[in-house]
Amino acid sequence: MTAFLARRLAQTLITLFMVTLISFVLSMILPGDPTLALVGPEGATKEMLEVYRTELGLDQPIYVQYLKWLGRVIGGDLGVSIRTRAQVTTLFVQRLPVTLELLVLGVIFAILLAFPLGIMASLRPNTWIDTTGTVLAVSGVAMPQFFLAMVLILVFSLWLGWFPSSGYVEPWKHLWRSINSLILPAISLGFVVAAETMRQLRSSMLEVLHDEYIQTARAKGLKEFLVITKHALRNALIPVVTVLGLRIGRLIGGLVIIEVVFSLPGIGQMLLNAVLFKDMPVLQSGVLLVALAVTVMNLLVDISYSLIDPRIRYG
Amino acid sequence: MRTKRRYSLWLSGLALTVLAVFVVFEPWVCPYDPLAIDFVPLSPPSLKNLFGTDELGRDVFSRFVAGTRISFIVGTVSVFFAATIGILIGLVAAYSKKLRALLMRMIDAIWAFPMIMLALALAASLEPGLGSVIIVIAVVYSPLFARVVYGQALSIMERDFVAAARALGCGAVRLLLTHVLPNLAAAILVQATLSVGTAIVLESSLSFLGVGIQPPTPSWGLIMQSGYRWLEQAHWISILPGIGIYVTVVSYSVLGDWLRIVLDPKQVTT
Repeated sequence: MTAFLARRLAQTLITLFMVTLISFVLSMILPGDPTLALVGPEGATKEMLEVYRTELGLDQPIYVQYLKWLGRVIGGDLGVSIRTRAQVTTLFVQRLPVTLELLVLGVIFAILLAFPLGIMASLRPNTWIDTTGTVLAVSGVAMPQFFLAMVLILVFSLWLGWFPSSGYVEPWKHLWRSINSLILPAISLGFVVAAETMRQLRSSMLEVLHDEYIQTARAKGLKEFLVITKHALRNALIPVVTVLGLRIGRLIGGLVIIEVVFSLPGIGQMLLNAVLFKDMPVLQSGVLLVALAVTVMNLLVDISYSLIDPRIRYG
Repeated sequence: MRTKRRYSLWLSGLALTVLAVFVVFEPWVCPYDPLAIDFVPLSPPSLKNLFGTDELGRDVFSRFVAGTRISFIVGTVSVFFAATIGILIGLVAAYSKKLRALLMRMIDAIWAFPMIMLALALAASLEPGLGSVIIVIAVVYSPLFARVVYGQALSIMERDFVAAARALGCGAVRLLLTHVLPNLAAAILVQATLSVGTAIVLESSLSFLGVGIQPPTPSWGLIMQSGYRWLEQAHWISILPGIGIYVTVVSYSVLGDWLRIVLDPKQVTT
Protein backbone atom coordinates (compact mmCIF):
# COMPACT_ATOMS: atom_id res chain seq x y z
CA MET A 1 0.00 0.00 0.00
CA THR A 2 2.76 2.45 0.94
CA ALA A 3 4.74 1.58 -2.18
CA PHE A 4 1.65 2.05 -4.29
CA LEU A 5 0.87 5.36 -2.65
CA ALA A 6 4.40 6.58 -3.19
CA ARG A 7 4.35 5.59 -6.85
CA ARG A 8 0.92 7.09 -7.39
CA LEU A 9 1.95 10.31 -5.64
CA ALA A 10 5.06 10.57 -7.79
CA GLN A 11 2.95 10.15 -10.92
CA THR A 12 0.56 12.80 -9.67
CA LEU A 13 3.43 15.18 -9.03
CA ILE A 14 4.74 14.71 -12.59
CA THR A 15 1.27 15.34 -14.00
CA LEU A 16 0.94 18.41 -11.80
CA PHE A 17 4.28 19.72 -13.03
CA MET A 18 3.09 19.30 -16.61
CA VAL A 19 -0.14 21.01 -15.64
CA THR A 20 1.71 24.05 -14.31
CA LEU A 21 3.75 24.14 -17.52
CA ILE A 22 0.62 24.08 -19.65
CA SER A 23 -1.05 26.76 -17.52
CA PHE A 24 2.01 28.92 -17.88
CA VAL A 25 2.32 28.38 -21.63
CA LEU A 26 -1.37 29.20 -21.99
CA SER A 27 -0.79 32.60 -20.48
CA MET A 28 2.23 33.14 -22.74
CA ILE A 29 0.26 32.60 -25.93
CA LEU A 30 -2.47 35.00 -24.95
CA PRO A 31 -2.26 37.87 -27.40
CA GLY A 32 -2.45 41.49 -26.47
CA ASP A 33 -0.14 43.32 -24.13
CA PRO A 34 -1.33 42.96 -20.53
CA THR A 35 0.41 46.20 -19.60
CA LEU A 36 -1.46 47.98 -22.35
CA ALA A 37 -4.70 46.51 -21.03
CA LEU A 38 -3.74 47.84 -17.63
CA VAL A 39 -3.09 51.47 -18.49
CA GLY A 40 -5.57 51.68 -21.35
CA PRO A 41 -4.76 52.34 -25.01
CA GLU A 42 -4.85 56.13 -24.70
CA GLY A 43 -2.46 58.15 -22.68
CA ALA A 44 0.01 55.33 -22.21
CA THR A 45 3.49 56.68 -22.53
CA LYS A 46 6.42 54.43 -23.26
CA GLU A 47 7.88 55.08 -19.82
CA MET A 48 4.65 54.22 -18.09
CA LEU A 49 4.45 50.92 -19.96
CA GLU A 50 8.03 50.16 -18.98
CA VAL A 51 7.26 50.77 -15.31
CA TYR A 52 4.31 48.40 -15.40
CA ARG A 53 6.28 45.85 -17.38
CA THR A 54 8.97 45.78 -14.72
CA GLU A 55 6.37 45.70 -11.99
CA LEU A 56 4.72 42.65 -13.54
CA GLY A 57 8.09 41.03 -14.23
CA LEU A 58 7.36 40.82 -17.96
CA ASP A 59 10.81 42.06 -18.94
CA GLN A 60 12.55 38.89 -17.72
CA PRO A 61 13.30 35.74 -19.73
CA ILE A 62 10.46 33.23 -19.94
CA TYR A 63 11.98 30.47 -17.80
CA VAL A 64 12.74 32.97 -15.04
CA GLN A 65 9.14 34.16 -15.23
CA TYR A 66 7.98 30.54 -15.02
CA LEU A 67 10.15 29.64 -12.02
CA LYS A 68 9.23 32.82 -10.17
CA TRP A 69 5.58 32.22 -10.88
CA LEU A 70 5.83 28.58 -9.76
CA GLY A 71 7.57 29.60 -6.53
CA ARG A 72 4.88 32.14 -5.76
CA VAL A 73 2.07 29.70 -6.58
CA ILE A 74 3.51 27.07 -4.23
CA GLY A 75 3.68 29.76 -1.57
CA GLY A 76 -0.02 30.46 -2.09
CA ASP A 77 0.43 33.77 -3.92
CA LEU A 78 -1.50 33.65 -7.19
CA GLY A 79 -0.71 37.20 -8.19
CA VAL A 80 -2.84 40.25 -8.82
CA SER A 81 -5.77 40.49 -11.19
CA ILE A 82 -4.89 42.79 -14.09
CA ARG A 83 -8.44 43.99 -14.41
CA THR A 84 -9.48 44.61 -10.81
CA ARG A 85 -6.00 44.84 -9.22
CA ALA A 86 -7.26 42.59 -6.40
CA GLN A 87 -5.35 39.60 -5.05
CA VAL A 88 -6.32 36.54 -7.12
CA THR A 89 -6.28 34.40 -3.97
CA THR A 90 -8.80 36.73 -2.33
CA LEU A 91 -11.00 36.65 -5.43
CA PHE A 92 -11.00 32.88 -5.38
CA VAL A 93 -11.79 32.65 -1.68
CA GLN A 94 -14.67 35.10 -2.14
CA ARG A 95 -16.18 33.09 -4.95
CA LEU A 96 -15.46 29.61 -3.66
CA PRO A 97 -18.58 29.12 -1.44
CA VAL A 98 -21.08 29.35 -4.34
CA THR A 99 -19.06 27.03 -6.50
CA LEU A 100 -18.48 24.48 -3.75
CA GLU A 101 -22.10 24.47 -2.69
CA LEU A 102 -23.15 24.05 -6.31
CA LEU A 103 -20.72 21.17 -6.82
CA VAL A 104 -21.79 19.37 -3.66
CA LEU A 105 -25.49 19.74 -4.47
CA GLY A 106 -24.82 18.60 -8.05
CA VAL A 107 -23.07 15.44 -6.88
CA ILE A 108 -25.77 14.72 -4.29
CA PHE A 109 -28.41 15.10 -6.98
CA ALA A 110 -26.47 12.82 -9.32
CA ILE A 111 -26.15 10.08 -6.67
CA LEU A 112 -29.78 10.38 -5.61
CA LEU A 113 -30.90 9.95 -9.20
CA ALA A 114 -28.36 7.43 -10.42
CA PHE A 115 -28.33 4.86 -7.64
CA PRO A 116 -32.03 4.04 -7.27
CA LEU A 117 -32.64 4.18 -11.03
CA GLY A 118 -29.50 2.23 -11.91
CA ILE A 119 -30.26 -0.51 -9.38
CA MET A 120 -33.92 -0.73 -10.37
CA ALA A 121 -32.99 -0.90 -14.04
CA SER A 122 -30.57 -3.76 -13.39
CA LEU A 123 -33.16 -5.70 -11.36
CA ARG A 124 -35.83 -5.32 -14.00
CA PRO A 125 -33.98 -5.19 -17.31
CA ASN A 126 -35.98 -4.37 -20.44
CA THR A 127 -39.01 -3.06 -18.57
CA TRP A 128 -40.42 0.46 -18.55
CA ILE A 129 -38.16 1.50 -15.69
CA ASP A 130 -35.11 0.29 -17.57
CA THR A 131 -36.24 2.15 -20.68
CA THR A 132 -36.80 5.31 -18.64
CA GLY A 133 -33.30 4.96 -17.26
CA THR A 134 -31.81 4.48 -20.72
CA VAL A 135 -33.64 7.48 -22.13
CA LEU A 136 -32.50 9.64 -19.20
CA ALA A 137 -28.95 8.38 -19.54
CA VAL A 138 -28.78 9.09 -23.27
CA SER A 139 -30.37 12.51 -22.75
CA GLY A 140 -27.94 13.40 -20.01
CA VAL A 141 -24.97 12.72 -22.22
CA ALA A 142 -26.39 14.25 -25.40
CA MET A 143 -27.99 17.40 -24.08
CA PRO A 144 -25.79 20.50 -23.91
CA GLN A 145 -25.83 21.66 -20.29
CA PHE A 146 -27.02 25.14 -21.19
CA PHE A 147 -29.97 23.66 -23.05
CA LEU A 148 -31.02 21.55 -20.06
CA ALA A 149 -30.60 24.62 -17.86
CA MET A 150 -32.85 26.69 -20.16
CA VAL A 151 -35.55 24.03 -20.23
CA LEU A 152 -35.46 23.81 -16.42
CA ILE A 153 -35.65 27.60 -16.08
CA LEU A 154 -38.51 27.76 -18.54
CA VAL A 155 -40.59 25.04 -16.86
CA PHE A 156 -39.80 25.32 -13.16
CA SER A 157 -39.01 28.98 -12.87
CA LEU A 158 -40.91 30.93 -15.51
CA TRP A 159 -43.97 28.70 -15.89
CA LEU A 160 -44.39 27.07 -12.48
CA GLY A 161 -42.51 29.65 -10.42
CA TRP A 162 -41.10 27.06 -8.00
CA PHE A 163 -37.47 28.14 -8.07
CA PRO A 164 -35.63 31.37 -8.86
CA SER A 165 -34.03 31.55 -12.32
CA SER A 166 -30.92 33.40 -11.15
CA GLY A 167 -29.16 34.83 -8.15
CA TYR A 168 -27.61 33.33 -5.05
CA VAL A 169 -28.12 33.52 -1.29
CA GLU A 170 -25.28 32.57 1.03
CA PRO A 171 -26.02 29.50 3.14
CA TRP A 172 -25.09 31.24 6.40
CA LYS A 173 -27.66 33.96 5.70
CA HIS A 174 -30.56 31.69 4.90
CA LEU A 175 -29.84 27.99 4.44
CA TRP A 176 -33.09 26.96 2.78
CA ARG A 177 -33.21 29.93 0.40
CA SER A 178 -29.61 29.21 -0.47
CA ILE A 179 -30.29 25.59 -1.41
CA ASN A 180 -33.45 26.67 -3.19
CA SER A 181 -31.52 29.10 -5.36
CA LEU A 182 -29.10 26.35 -6.37
CA ILE A 183 -31.48 23.46 -7.05
CA LEU A 184 -31.97 24.12 -10.77
CA PRO A 185 -28.24 24.83 -11.34
CA ALA A 186 -27.33 21.67 -9.42
CA ILE A 187 -29.68 19.55 -11.52
CA SER A 188 -28.33 21.02 -14.77
CA LEU A 189 -24.80 20.41 -13.57
CA GLY A 190 -25.26 16.95 -12.09
CA PHE A 191 -27.38 15.43 -14.82
CA VAL A 192 -24.44 14.30 -16.96
CA VAL A 193 -22.84 12.62 -13.95
CA ALA A 194 -26.12 10.98 -13.03
CA ALA A 195 -26.52 9.69 -16.57
CA GLU A 196 -23.12 8.07 -16.86
CA THR A 197 -23.15 6.71 -13.31
CA MET A 198 -26.55 5.19 -13.89
CA ARG A 199 -25.43 3.49 -17.09
CA GLN A 200 -22.33 2.09 -15.44
CA LEU A 201 -24.20 0.96 -12.33
CA ARG A 202 -26.78 -0.84 -14.41
CA SER A 203 -24.28 -2.79 -16.46
CA SER A 204 -21.97 -3.72 -13.58
CA MET A 205 -24.94 -4.74 -11.41
CA LEU A 206 -26.20 -6.96 -14.25
CA GLU A 207 -22.83 -8.65 -14.39
CA VAL A 208 -22.66 -9.22 -10.65
CA LEU A 209 -26.25 -10.40 -10.18
CA HIS A 210 -25.58 -13.61 -12.09
CA ASP A 211 -22.69 -14.62 -9.88
CA GLU A 212 -22.96 -17.67 -7.68
CA TYR A 213 -22.50 -15.90 -4.36
CA ILE A 214 -25.70 -13.99 -5.01
CA GLN A 215 -27.52 -17.29 -5.41
CA THR A 216 -25.88 -18.51 -2.21
CA ALA A 217 -26.94 -15.39 -0.36
CA ARG A 218 -30.51 -15.84 -1.56
CA ALA A 219 -30.44 -19.57 -0.81
CA LYS A 220 -29.46 -19.02 2.77
CA GLY A 221 -32.59 -16.93 3.18
CA LEU A 222 -31.08 -13.45 3.26
CA LYS A 223 -33.57 -10.65 2.72
CA GLU A 224 -33.56 -9.46 -0.90
CA PHE A 225 -32.73 -5.92 0.20
CA LEU A 226 -29.57 -7.12 1.93
CA VAL A 227 -28.64 -9.33 -1.02
CA ILE A 228 -28.80 -6.30 -3.29
CA THR A 229 -27.13 -3.74 -1.06
CA LYS A 230 -24.55 -5.77 0.85
CA HIS A 231 -23.61 -8.39 -1.71
CA ALA A 232 -24.39 -7.19 -5.20
CA LEU A 233 -23.98 -3.42 -4.89
CA ARG A 234 -20.70 -3.52 -3.06
CA ASN A 235 -19.16 -5.74 -5.70
CA ALA A 236 -20.58 -3.69 -8.52
CA LEU A 237 -19.28 -0.44 -7.10
CA ILE A 238 -15.69 -0.27 -8.38
CA PRO A 239 -16.35 0.72 -12.00
CA VAL A 240 -19.11 3.00 -10.77
CA VAL A 241 -16.76 4.90 -8.49
CA THR A 242 -14.30 5.24 -11.36
CA VAL A 243 -16.93 6.79 -13.60
CA LEU A 244 -18.25 8.98 -10.79
CA GLY A 245 -14.77 10.23 -9.92
CA LEU A 246 -13.79 10.97 -13.52
CA ARG A 247 -17.11 12.66 -14.13
CA ILE A 248 -16.84 14.92 -11.11
CA GLY A 249 -13.65 16.20 -12.70
CA ARG A 250 -15.58 16.99 -15.84
CA LEU A 251 -18.30 18.55 -13.71
CA ILE A 252 -15.91 21.31 -12.74
CA GLY A 253 -15.71 22.21 -16.43
CA GLY A 254 -19.47 22.53 -16.63
CA LEU A 255 -19.41 25.12 -13.86
CA VAL A 256 -18.58 27.91 -16.28
CA ILE A 257 -21.69 27.35 -18.35
CA ILE A 258 -24.05 26.77 -15.44
CA GLU A 259 -22.82 29.79 -13.50
CA VAL A 260 -23.23 31.99 -16.57
CA VAL A 261 -26.74 30.76 -17.36
CA PHE A 262 -27.95 31.19 -13.77
CA SER A 263 -25.82 34.32 -13.12
CA LEU A 264 -24.15 32.84 -10.04
CA PRO A 265 -21.15 34.78 -8.72
CA GLY A 266 -18.82 31.76 -8.68
CA ILE A 267 -15.42 30.75 -9.95
CA GLY A 268 -16.75 29.63 -13.33
CA GLN A 269 -18.10 33.06 -14.13
CA MET A 270 -14.90 34.66 -12.93
CA LEU A 271 -12.95 32.47 -15.34
CA LEU A 272 -15.15 33.38 -18.28
CA ASN A 273 -14.67 37.06 -17.46
CA ALA A 274 -10.95 36.45 -17.27
CA VAL A 275 -11.09 34.95 -20.76
CA LEU A 276 -13.17 37.79 -22.16
CA PHE A 277 -11.02 40.50 -20.59
CA LYS A 278 -7.74 38.64 -21.11
CA ASP A 279 -7.02 38.82 -17.39
CA MET A 280 -4.00 36.55 -17.49
CA PRO A 281 -3.25 35.93 -13.76
CA VAL A 282 -6.85 35.03 -12.98
CA LEU A 283 -7.20 32.73 -15.99
CA GLN A 284 -3.89 31.06 -15.33
CA SER A 285 -4.63 30.42 -11.65
CA GLY A 286 -8.14 29.26 -12.39
CA VAL A 287 -7.03 26.76 -15.01
CA LEU A 288 -4.29 25.59 -12.67
CA LEU A 289 -6.61 25.13 -9.68
CA VAL A 290 -9.16 23.26 -11.74
CA ALA A 291 -6.56 20.86 -13.12
CA LEU A 292 -5.20 20.45 -9.61
CA ALA A 293 -8.65 19.54 -8.31
CA VAL A 294 -9.16 17.03 -11.13
CA THR A 295 -5.77 15.39 -10.57
CA VAL A 296 -6.32 15.08 -6.82
CA MET A 297 -9.77 13.69 -7.55
CA ASN A 298 -8.26 10.96 -9.73
CA LEU A 299 -5.79 10.10 -6.98
CA LEU A 300 -8.60 9.81 -4.43
CA VAL A 301 -10.57 7.56 -6.77
CA ASP A 302 -7.59 5.24 -7.10
CA ILE A 303 -7.07 5.09 -3.35
CA SER A 304 -10.77 4.53 -2.65
CA TYR A 305 -10.68 1.22 -4.54
CA SER A 306 -9.03 -0.55 -1.63
CA LEU A 307 -11.69 0.73 0.75
CA ILE A 308 -14.49 -0.61 -1.42
CA ASP A 309 -12.83 -3.88 -2.28
CA PRO A 310 -10.39 -5.18 0.36
CA ARG A 311 -9.25 -7.84 -2.12
CA ILE A 312 -7.39 -5.15 -4.02
CA ARG A 313 -3.85 -4.98 -2.70
CA TYR A 314 -1.53 -2.43 -4.13
CA GLY A 315 1.75 -4.24 -4.67
CA MET B 1 -33.79 -5.40 -27.78
CA ARG B 2 -32.94 -6.08 -31.41
CA THR B 3 -36.02 -4.40 -32.82
CA LYS B 4 -35.60 -1.46 -30.48
CA ARG B 5 -32.07 -0.94 -31.73
CA ARG B 6 -33.32 -1.18 -35.31
CA TYR B 7 -35.83 1.58 -34.71
CA SER B 8 -33.40 3.92 -33.04
CA LEU B 9 -30.86 3.25 -35.78
CA TRP B 10 -33.35 4.04 -38.53
CA LEU B 11 -34.54 7.16 -36.74
CA SER B 12 -30.98 8.34 -36.22
CA GLY B 13 -30.16 7.64 -39.86
CA LEU B 14 -33.22 9.59 -40.91
CA ALA B 15 -32.37 12.53 -38.64
CA LEU B 16 -28.80 12.71 -39.90
CA THR B 17 -29.98 12.45 -43.51
CA VAL B 18 -32.37 15.36 -43.04
CA LEU B 19 -29.63 17.42 -41.42
CA ALA B 20 -27.21 16.45 -44.20
CA VAL B 21 -29.76 17.74 -46.72
CA PHE B 22 -29.84 21.00 -44.73
CA VAL B 23 -26.06 21.21 -44.88
CA VAL B 24 -25.70 20.50 -48.62
CA PHE B 25 -28.77 22.26 -49.95
CA GLU B 26 -28.82 25.09 -47.43
CA PRO B 27 -29.61 27.89 -49.92
CA TRP B 28 -32.57 25.94 -51.30
CA VAL B 29 -33.93 24.66 -47.98
CA CYS B 30 -33.85 28.04 -46.23
CA PRO B 31 -37.24 29.61 -46.86
CA TYR B 32 -35.83 33.11 -46.18
CA ASP B 33 -32.49 34.85 -45.86
CA PRO B 34 -31.20 33.86 -42.39
CA LEU B 35 -29.77 37.36 -41.84
CA ALA B 36 -32.66 39.40 -43.23
CA ILE B 37 -34.85 41.31 -40.77
CA ASP B 38 -38.18 40.82 -42.52
CA PHE B 39 -40.76 39.85 -39.95
CA VAL B 40 -42.53 40.95 -36.77
CA PRO B 41 -40.05 40.26 -33.93
CA LEU B 42 -40.79 37.46 -31.43
CA SER B 43 -43.75 35.99 -33.28
CA PRO B 44 -44.49 32.36 -32.37
CA PRO B 45 -44.11 29.41 -34.79
CA SER B 46 -46.61 29.47 -37.63
CA LEU B 47 -46.93 28.13 -41.16
CA LYS B 48 -45.10 31.20 -42.44
CA ASN B 49 -42.28 30.96 -39.88
CA LEU B 50 -41.98 27.30 -38.89
CA PHE B 51 -39.81 28.00 -35.83
CA GLY B 52 -41.14 31.52 -35.22
CA THR B 53 -39.05 34.70 -35.42
CA ASP B 54 -36.32 36.04 -33.17
CA GLU B 55 -35.91 39.31 -31.29
CA LEU B 56 -34.87 41.20 -34.43
CA GLY B 57 -37.53 39.68 -36.66
CA ARG B 58 -35.40 37.08 -38.43
CA ASP B 59 -36.83 33.68 -39.40
CA VAL B 60 -35.59 31.16 -36.80
CA PHE B 61 -36.03 28.15 -39.09
CA SER B 62 -33.81 29.70 -41.77
CA ARG B 63 -31.23 30.51 -39.12
CA PHE B 64 -31.48 26.97 -37.80
CA VAL B 65 -30.82 25.51 -41.25
CA ALA B 66 -27.88 27.85 -41.82
CA GLY B 67 -26.65 27.01 -38.32
CA THR B 68 -26.80 23.31 -39.15
CA ARG B 69 -24.28 23.92 -41.88
CA ILE B 70 -21.90 25.77 -39.54
CA SER B 71 -22.25 23.20 -36.77
CA PHE B 72 -21.65 20.25 -39.09
CA ILE B 73 -18.65 21.88 -40.74
CA VAL B 74 -17.13 22.63 -37.33
CA GLY B 75 -17.96 19.15 -36.01
CA THR B 76 -16.54 17.12 -38.89
CA VAL B 77 -13.55 19.29 -39.80
CA SER B 78 -12.37 19.66 -36.21
CA VAL B 79 -12.76 15.94 -35.50
CA PHE B 80 -10.84 15.18 -38.69
CA PHE B 81 -7.93 17.33 -37.50
CA ALA B 82 -8.20 15.98 -33.96
CA ALA B 83 -7.98 12.44 -35.32
CA THR B 84 -4.99 13.33 -37.49
CA ILE B 85 -3.08 14.88 -34.58
CA GLY B 86 -4.11 12.09 -32.23
CA ILE B 87 -3.15 9.32 -34.65
CA LEU B 88 0.24 10.90 -35.18
CA ILE B 89 0.95 11.25 -31.44
CA GLY B 90 -0.45 7.81 -30.62
CA LEU B 91 1.55 6.04 -33.31
CA VAL B 92 4.81 7.79 -32.45
CA ALA B 93 4.29 7.04 -28.74
CA ALA B 94 3.59 3.38 -29.48
CA TYR B 95 6.62 3.05 -31.74
CA SER B 96 9.29 5.07 -30.00
CA LYS B 97 10.15 3.96 -26.48
CA LYS B 98 12.13 7.17 -25.96
CA LEU B 99 9.28 9.56 -26.72
CA ARG B 100 6.58 7.41 -25.15
CA ALA B 101 6.80 8.63 -21.55
CA LEU B 102 7.02 12.28 -22.58
CA LEU B 103 4.13 12.15 -25.04
CA MET B 104 1.77 10.14 -22.88
CA ARG B 105 2.44 12.20 -19.73
CA MET B 106 1.75 15.28 -21.85
CA ILE B 107 -1.54 13.73 -22.95
CA ASP B 108 -2.35 12.92 -19.30
CA ALA B 109 -1.68 16.51 -18.34
CA ILE B 110 -3.90 17.88 -21.10
CA TRP B 111 -6.48 15.34 -20.00
CA ALA B 112 -6.41 16.79 -16.48
CA PHE B 113 -8.02 19.96 -17.80
CA PRO B 114 -11.75 19.76 -18.29
CA MET B 115 -12.33 20.13 -22.04
CA ILE B 116 -14.36 23.30 -21.85
CA MET B 117 -11.74 24.99 -19.63
CA LEU B 118 -8.94 24.21 -22.02
CA ALA B 119 -11.11 25.27 -24.92
CA LEU B 120 -11.91 28.55 -23.16
CA ALA B 121 -8.28 29.28 -22.42
CA LEU B 122 -7.27 28.47 -26.01
CA ALA B 123 -10.15 30.46 -27.43
CA ALA B 124 -8.94 33.45 -25.44
CA SER B 125 -5.63 33.29 -27.26
CA LEU B 126 -7.13 33.32 -30.74
CA GLU B 127 -9.25 35.77 -32.67
CA PRO B 128 -12.81 34.47 -32.28
CA GLY B 129 -14.32 32.96 -35.41
CA LEU B 130 -14.93 29.80 -37.39
CA GLY B 131 -11.27 28.90 -37.91
CA SER B 132 -10.36 29.36 -34.25
CA VAL B 133 -13.25 27.22 -33.06
CA ILE B 134 -12.08 24.41 -35.36
CA ILE B 135 -8.50 24.70 -34.09
CA VAL B 136 -9.60 24.79 -30.45
CA ILE B 137 -11.83 21.71 -30.74
CA ALA B 138 -9.19 19.84 -32.75
CA VAL B 139 -6.58 20.44 -30.05
CA VAL B 140 -8.90 19.60 -27.18
CA TYR B 141 -10.13 16.37 -28.81
CA SER B 142 -6.78 15.08 -30.00
CA PRO B 143 -5.86 13.33 -26.68
CA LEU B 144 -8.98 11.20 -27.08
CA PHE B 145 -7.66 9.81 -30.34
CA ALA B 146 -4.07 9.64 -29.13
CA ARG B 147 -5.17 7.38 -26.27
CA VAL B 148 -7.28 5.06 -28.42
CA VAL B 149 -4.55 4.78 -31.07
CA TYR B 150 -1.76 4.35 -28.53
CA GLY B 151 -3.52 1.60 -26.60
CA GLN B 152 -4.47 -0.41 -29.66
CA ALA B 153 -1.22 0.17 -31.52
CA LEU B 154 0.77 -1.19 -28.58
CA SER B 155 -1.00 -4.53 -28.76
CA ILE B 156 -0.84 -4.68 -32.56
CA MET B 157 2.91 -4.06 -32.46
CA GLU B 158 3.23 -7.30 -30.50
CA ARG B 159 1.55 -9.35 -33.22
CA ASP B 160 3.45 -11.73 -35.49
CA PHE B 161 2.77 -9.96 -38.77
CA VAL B 162 4.44 -6.84 -37.44
CA ALA B 163 7.49 -8.86 -36.43
CA ALA B 164 7.45 -10.44 -39.89
CA ALA B 165 7.25 -7.07 -41.61
CA ARG B 166 10.11 -5.84 -39.47
CA ALA B 167 12.19 -8.90 -40.28
CA LEU B 168 11.68 -8.17 -43.96
CA GLY B 169 13.26 -4.76 -43.39
CA CYS B 170 10.15 -2.62 -43.29
CA GLY B 171 10.93 0.92 -42.12
CA ALA B 172 9.17 2.70 -39.26
CA VAL B 173 6.93 4.97 -41.32
CA ARG B 174 5.92 2.24 -43.73
CA LEU B 175 5.34 -0.20 -40.87
CA LEU B 176 3.08 2.20 -39.03
CA LEU B 177 1.15 3.40 -42.04
CA THR B 178 0.63 0.17 -43.98
CA HIS B 179 0.61 -2.47 -41.23
CA VAL B 180 -0.47 -0.88 -37.97
CA LEU B 181 -2.79 1.94 -39.01
CA PRO B 182 -5.21 -0.15 -41.14
CA ASN B 183 -5.81 -2.36 -38.11
CA LEU B 184 -6.80 0.69 -36.10
CA ALA B 185 -9.27 2.00 -38.67
CA ALA B 186 -12.34 0.52 -36.98
CA ALA B 187 -11.52 1.93 -33.54
CA ILE B 188 -10.72 5.35 -35.01
CA LEU B 189 -13.90 5.42 -37.06
CA VAL B 190 -16.04 4.60 -34.02
CA GLN B 191 -14.30 7.22 -31.91
CA ALA B 192 -14.67 9.80 -34.68
CA THR B 193 -18.39 9.15 -35.09
CA LEU B 194 -18.98 9.50 -31.37
CA SER B 195 -16.82 12.63 -31.25
CA VAL B 196 -18.56 14.58 -34.03
CA GLY B 197 -21.71 14.79 -31.93
CA THR B 198 -19.97 15.96 -28.78
CA ALA B 199 -17.77 18.35 -30.79
CA ILE B 200 -20.96 20.00 -32.02
CA VAL B 201 -22.04 20.39 -28.38
CA LEU B 202 -18.68 21.93 -27.51
CA GLU B 203 -18.95 24.35 -30.43
CA SER B 204 -22.42 25.40 -29.35
CA SER B 205 -21.23 25.82 -25.75
CA LEU B 206 -18.33 28.02 -26.81
CA SER B 207 -20.56 30.09 -29.07
CA PHE B 208 -23.10 30.35 -26.26
CA LEU B 209 -20.41 31.72 -23.96
CA GLY B 210 -19.40 34.28 -26.60
CA VAL B 211 -15.96 32.89 -27.45
CA GLY B 212 -16.94 30.73 -30.44
CA ILE B 213 -18.68 31.65 -33.68
CA GLN B 214 -19.40 35.36 -33.72
CA PRO B 215 -22.69 37.04 -34.60
CA PRO B 216 -24.38 37.60 -36.99
CA THR B 217 -23.30 34.19 -38.40
CA PRO B 218 -26.01 31.79 -37.30
CA SER B 219 -24.70 28.88 -35.22
CA TRP B 220 -26.88 26.73 -32.99
CA GLY B 221 -25.18 27.94 -29.83
CA LEU B 222 -25.49 31.58 -30.87
CA ILE B 223 -29.16 31.30 -31.79
CA MET B 224 -29.80 29.82 -28.35
CA GLN B 225 -27.75 32.51 -26.64
CA SER B 226 -29.70 35.31 -28.28
CA GLY B 227 -32.94 33.51 -27.46
CA TYR B 228 -31.94 32.98 -23.86
CA ARG B 229 -32.64 36.61 -23.02
CA TRP B 230 -36.16 36.21 -24.43
CA LEU B 231 -36.91 32.86 -22.83
CA GLU B 232 -40.07 34.06 -21.14
CA GLN B 233 -41.56 35.90 -24.14
CA ALA B 234 -40.30 33.67 -26.96
CA HIS B 235 -39.00 30.30 -25.79
CA TRP B 236 -39.08 28.86 -29.34
CA ILE B 237 -35.96 30.79 -30.32
CA SER B 238 -33.76 28.71 -28.03
CA ILE B 239 -35.77 25.55 -27.43
CA LEU B 240 -36.16 24.43 -31.06
CA PRO B 241 -32.45 24.72 -31.96
CA GLY B 242 -31.72 23.01 -28.63
CA ILE B 243 -33.81 20.06 -29.66
CA GLY B 244 -31.88 20.08 -32.95
CA ILE B 245 -28.56 19.73 -31.13
CA TYR B 246 -29.99 17.03 -28.90
CA VAL B 247 -31.30 14.96 -31.81
CA THR B 248 -28.00 15.32 -33.66
CA VAL B 249 -25.90 14.15 -30.75
CA VAL B 250 -28.17 11.22 -29.93
CA SER B 251 -28.13 10.19 -33.59
CA TYR B 252 -24.34 10.27 -33.76
CA SER B 253 -24.02 8.25 -30.58
CA VAL B 254 -26.52 5.63 -31.81
CA LEU B 255 -24.61 5.46 -35.09
CA GLY B 256 -21.29 5.17 -33.26
CA ASP B 257 -22.55 2.36 -31.02
CA TRP B 258 -23.91 0.55 -34.05
CA LEU B 259 -20.60 0.90 -35.88
CA ARG B 260 -18.80 -0.44 -32.84
CA ILE B 261 -20.93 -3.57 -32.84
CA VAL B 262 -20.82 -4.07 -36.60
CA LEU B 263 -17.07 -3.54 -36.88
CA ASP B 264 -16.20 -5.71 -33.90
CA PRO B 265 -18.36 -8.83 -33.82
CA LYS B 266 -16.40 -10.25 -30.88
CA GLN B 267 -17.58 -7.55 -28.52
CA VAL B 268 -20.53 -8.48 -26.33
CA THR B 269 -23.00 -5.73 -25.54
CA THR B 270 -25.08 -5.41 -22.42
